[in-house]
Amino acid sequence: MDFNYSPQEEAFRREVRGWLAENMRELPPWWGRPDVPGPDVDSDEYRHFSFWWHRKLYDAGFVGIAWPKEYGGRGATLIEQALFNEELARHRAPGPVNVIGIGWAGPTIIAAGTEEQKKRFLPKILSAEEIWAQAFSEPGAGSDLAGIQTRAVEDGDDFVVNGQKWPTGAAERADWAILLVRTDPDAPRHRGISYLLLDMHAPGVTVRPFRWMDGDSSNCEVFLDNVRIPKTMLVGKKNLGFYVAMGTLEFERSQLGATVGRENIINDLIRTMKRTERDGQPLSQDPVLRQELAQHWIETKVMKYMGLRMLTSQLKGEATGPKANLGFVMAGESIQRLQDFAIRIIGPYGQLARGSKHAVDNGRWLRSYLTSRGVPTIGGGPVEIKRNIIAMRVLGLPRSY
Amino acid sequence: MNFSLNEEQVMLKTSARNFLEKECPKRLVREMAANKQGYSPELWKKLAELGWMGLVFPEEYGGVGSTFLDLTVVLEEMGRVLVPGPFVPTVVLAGRPILAAGTEQQKRRLIPGIANGSIIATLAFLEAGGELAASAINVRGTTHGEDFIIDGTKLFVPDAHVADYILCVIRTGDGVSKEEGVTLLLVDAKTVGIHTEVLKTLTGEKLCEVVFSNVMVPRGNILGVLGNGWQIVQRILDEAAVAECAWMTGGAQWILETTVNYARERLAFGQPIGSFQAVAHRCANMAIEVEGAISITQYAAWAISENDPEASAAASVAKAWCSEMYKHVAGDGIQVHGATGFTWDHDLNLYFKRAKTSEIAFGDGRYHRERVAAYITGEGN
Repeated sequence: MDFNYSPQEEAFRREVRGWLAENMRELPPWWGRPDVPGPDVDSDEYRHFSFWWHRKLYDAGFVGIAWPKEYGGRGATLIEQALFNEELARHRAPGPVNVIGIGWAGPTIIAAGTEEQKKRFLPKILSAEEIWAQAFSEPGAGSDLAGIQTRAVEDGDDFVVNGQKWPTGAAERADWAILLVRTDPDAPRHRGISYLLLDMHAPGVTVRPFRWMDGDSSNCEVFLDNVRIPKTMLVGKKNLGFYVAMGTLEFERSQLGATVGRENIINDLIRTMKRTERDGQPLSQDPVLRQELAQHWIETKVMKYMGLRMLTSQLKGEATGPKANLGFVMAGESIQRLQDFAIRIIGPYGQLARGSKHAVDNGRWLRSYLTSRGVPTIGGGPVEIKRNIIAMRVLGLPRSY
Repeated sequence: MNFSLNEEQVMLKTSARNFLEKECPKRLVREMAANKQGYSPELWKKLAELGWMGLVFPEEYGGVGSTFLDLTVVLEEMGRVLVPGPFVPTVVLAGRPILAAGTEQQKRRLIPGIANGSIIATLAFLEAGGELAASAINVRGTTHGEDFIIDGTKLFVPDAHVADYILCVIRTGDGVSKEEGVTLLLVDAKTVGIHTEVLKTLTGEKLCEVVFSNVMVPRGNILGVLGNGWQIVQRILDEAAVAECAWMTGGAQWILETTVNYARERLAFGQPIGSFQAVAHRCANMAIEVEGAISITQYAAWAISENDPEASAAASVAKAWCSEMYKHVAGDGIQVHGATGFTWDHDLNLYFKRAKTSEIAFGDGRYHRERVAAYITGEGN
C-alpha cells in the first residue's frame, strides 16, 4: 500500500500545475467569479469560450491522456488521467468539451470498433472537431434499456432506422451519436439490439431541444425517420449491441475530480459559514451545523479512498464495472445532501436566482441544488438500477426481475 | 499509488482467517462473555506464538517489526470472529505508547513481555464524566518524596482485572489549559491500594472500575514527561480509534456475508428473499457502507504507519464513518434475518451488541465529527 505517486507521475502532476498556472491567466475575468457578469452557460459566447479552452488542453496533450498514442491520445495510464482530473478540479479550471465523445463513444470504439472506425473517429473526438451525443434511452425505455423500440432494418449496405430517442444530451450541436437500435424483434430482448454510429447531419434526423428543471436547455429529443446508416457504422456484432453498450457504461468510473470538486464546495461553504452570523455567532460555530458539515467532509474522504481502491483494481486489470457502482450510488446521493445543506447555509438568499438582486454567488447554489437531482442519481442509470447491479453482480443475490 | 494489501499482508490475512475460524468459534466467544477472566489463556498463548502481540514492536524488543497497517490486517480478522480478551488494550493502548514515549529501560522491561504474551496491560483513562477530554482527568497524583500517590476512580478500564500493568492517565498539575498537567504513569496492577471490580456489560467484555486509594508509584514510572502526557494520549486515541475501525470492519464483513447468504437461501412467497428489491437494496446499502469502511480504515492505518501529517484527521474520519456503519450494518443484518436474527442463539446479536460498544469506544460519531469540523474550519467550538 502506498499513496505516494511515482517520480514520473509527480513530474506529470508538476507539468499539469505549471501549465494551468501559465494558461489560466488567459481565462476571461468572469471565470470562477460569480461577482463578475459573464455569459449564460447555454450561450454561443460560452460555447466559443469552452471550445477555445478545449483546444488549448488538446494542444497541450491533456485530452485523452489514457488513450493510445496512435489514436491521438497521450498513451499514459489511468493514474495520470486521475491526477489530471484532480489538478483541474483543484485549480477550478474548466474541463474539456465533448464529454460523451471522450468518455463514452471513444472508449467504446477503442474497445469494440473496427480499425477503420478508430482511424475515422478517434482523433476528431479528442480535438472536438466532431461532437458526440448519446442516443440510448427512449421515452418508453430508460432503466430497462433492453426494451428500446427504435427499429433498424437492413437494406443493401445500410440500416434504415425509425424511432425516437430521449434524452440524448446536447444533440442539437452534435455531429455524431452513439445509437442503440433493435435489429431483431424476434430474438430475446437483450440479443436483438445493435450498436450504431449515427451521423446527426443525415437526412431524416430531427432534433428538438427541451429544458431540464434546472434551466439547462441544451438537452434534446431525437426523431429518426427512415435514416440510412451504412453497415460500416456497426460497432461490435449485429444483435449484440446491448453488451457493447454495457461495456460503455463501465468506462465512466474515475471519481477523483468529483471528489476534489466536493472539497471545493465544502471549502466555499466554510467561508460562507464564517461570515454569516445567526443568533449572534458565525454559522461555523453552530454545533449542529458543524456536525453536518463534518459529515459531508467525511463522506468526501470516504469516497476518495473508495475511488482510489477502485482505481488500483482497474490498473491491475480486474473487472471493476459492477463494483464501481458502490461509489457511484454513494456519490450521487451524497452530493444531493451537500447541495441541500448549501441552500440551508445561505438561508433565504438560497431562493434567489441568477441575475437577481441580492443573489449569493449569482445564484450558483440554487442552480447546482436543482442540477444535483438529475445526473447524480438518474443519469447513467438510476441508483435503483445500480443497487440491483450491486445486489446481483457484486453480492450474488438472485435477479429480482 | 497502490491501494491494496501487499503479498505478505494478504498471506497474514489468510492465515489469520484460517487460524481464527478454527481456534475462535462463537462457542468460545459466548463462553468468555460469561467467564470471569474473559479470555482463554490457551488461545492467548497461541496468539503470542503466532507473533501477533509482537507484530508492531521492533525486533530488538522481541517483536516482529511490522507496521501498524499489518496489525490492522490482523485486527480486522479478530473483529470478524470477535476474539475475546485483552489484545487491543495490551498492544495498542499500552504497548504502543510505551514504545513511542518510554525510556529505554521502560521499553526493555515491558515490551518483550508484551510481545511474547507474558504481560497483559491496559489503559485507565475515562472517569465518572465518561468524557474523552483532558478536562475530565481528575484522578490526582501527588508528589510524595520519590513517589507519586494516586487517589481516585477510573472507569471503563478494559481487562484491568487480569492486567499486570495499568497505564494510568492522571492529573499531576493545573496549567493554563486543561491539557497541561496530565501525566501518564505505569502502574503495577498488584500495587497495594488498587481495587478492581468488573462491570456487567452489554457484550460481556470486561470493563472495570479501578479504585486507587493511596497508591504509591515510583517517579521512574512516568511515561514521557511529567505534565506533558496529553500529547501521548492523543496519539493513543488516534491509534485506538483506527484499531477499533479495523475490528468493526471485520465484523461488518461477517455480517454482510452471512446476511447475503441467508437472503440467497431463505424462501418467502416461493422465492429467495434476496430477489425482492426491498431486501436486495438493503444488502446493497450494507455493501456500500462496508466498502467505504474498508477503504477509509486502510488509508487511516497507512497514515498512522507512515506518520503522515493527516493521520489524526484520517483517524477521526474513519472512526466517525465506521461507528455509524457498523451499527447500520448490524441492524440491517438482523432486519433481513427477521425473527431468526433477533434470537439469543443467532450469532448476529453478538455483532449488534459489539457495534454499540465499538461506537462508544474511543469516541463516537458525534465526537469525531466535531474533531473533523475543528480540523476543516480551523476553529474549535
